[in-house]
Amino acid sequence: MNDSPLLALFGYFALLSLFAVGGANAAIPEMHRIAVEVMHWMTERQFADSFAIAQISPGPNIIIVTLIGYHVAGLVGAAVATAAMCGPTCVLAFVVARTWDRFKEARWRIAIQSGLVPVSLGLIAASAFVLARSADHNIYAAIITAVTALVGFATRINPLWIFAIGGLMGLSGWL
Amino acid sequence: MQMSHPLPPAASVRPSLPELFSAFVVVSISGFGGALPWARRKIVEQKHWMTAEEFNEAFALSQFLPGPNVVNFSVVFGSRFGGAPGAAVALAGLMGPPLIIVTVLAFLYARFGDVEMLSRILTGIAAAATGLLMAVVAKMAAPLFRKRWDWAPLIAITAFIAVAIMQWPLPWVFAGLAPVSIALAWMKR
Repeated sequence: MNDSPLLALFGYFALLSLFAVGGANAAIPEMHRIAVEVMHWMTERQFADSFAIAQISPGPNIIIVTLIGYHVAGLVGAAVATAAMCGPTCVLAFVVARTWDRFKEARWRIAIQSGLVPVSLGLIAASAFVLARSADHNIYAAIITAVTALVGFATRINPLWIFAIGGLMGLSGWL
Repeated sequence: MQMSHPLPPAASVRPSLPELFSAFVVVSISGFGGALPWARRKIVEQKHWMTAEEFNEAFALSQFLPGPNVVNFSVVFGSRFGGAPGAAVALAGLMGPPLIIVTVLAFLYARFGDVEMLSRILTGIAAAATGLLMAVVAKMAAPLFRKRWDWAPLIAITAFIAVAIMQWPLPWVFAGLAPVSIALAWMKR
C-alpha cells in the first residue's frame, strides 16, 4: 500500500466509512491515527488546521477527508478520499433504506439501534479528546475550548460567532 | 389536496428530481456545523415532503448506519422519493457545493498555510471547534447518564478509553464493543 498514496487513501477511507458509526466526528481519532501517526501524511498542526477548515466550511463535517486527500495528492487525492468515504456507506444506506422499514417493530432492530448509541457516544467523546490534544497547545487555547464548550452546551448562540471570536483571538497573537 | 387517510399519512407533495437537488443544495450551504436543523426545516416545515414522524424515523435510520449521518440521510430520503436516481441527485446536491468551497480553501491553505496570520486564526478556530464538539458530547451523554446506572455508560466509557487513551484502531474497537452492546440491549428488554 505504501507505494501508491491514492490506493492507501482509498483503502483507509473506504474501510473507515463502514466503521464510522456516529458520523464524521466519531471517525476523527482514526483519521488522525492514520494521517499523522501511521502514514505521516500530515503534522499535528496541519491536521488541526484541516479540522478547523472543515468546521468553517458549510456542509457535512466529513469534508475533512477531502482536505486530507487534497493534502496528500492534490485534486485527484481529494476526489479519491471523498469517494472512498462516501461510496460504501451510501450504497449500504440505499440497500438498508429499502428493507429497514419492514422490520420497524422487530426486537433485533430495536436492540441494534439502542446498542449502538453508547458506542458512538464513546467514539465521539474520544474525538473531542484527540482534537483537544492537538488544538490546545497553550492555556489560552484551552480556555477558548472550555468556554466554547460551556456556551455551546448552555446557550443557542450561533457557533459561527464563537468561531469568529476564536479566530480573532488567534489573530491577536494570544494562542 | 391533503388526503390524510389510513395508508401511510405521507408525502402529500412529492418532489421532482430537480426539486430534490435544489433542496439539498440549500440544506448543504446553509448548514454550518451541522445540516440536520436545516434539512428538517426545509423538508418538514417548508416543503411538507415528510411528516415530523417520517422525518424522525428516516433520520434515526441514517444515524444507525455507519458513515456521515447527513450524507446517509440524503440517500435514504432521495431513494424514498426517486429510487436510485433520487438518491444520486440528493447526494450530489448535498455534497457538490461544499466540495467546491472546501477545495478552494484547501488550495488557499496549501498556498498560504505558512502565512503566520492565517495559521493563527485557524489555531483559534480549531480551539473553538473542539469546544463545540465537547458541548455536543455533553448533550448526547446527558440522557444516557441521567438514567439509573446500567450498561450504556459503561460501554461509552470503554469505547472512549480504548480509542482516546489506548489509541487502538477504531475498526477493532467497534468490532469488539458493538456486538456486546447490542447483546446487552437485547437482553435488557
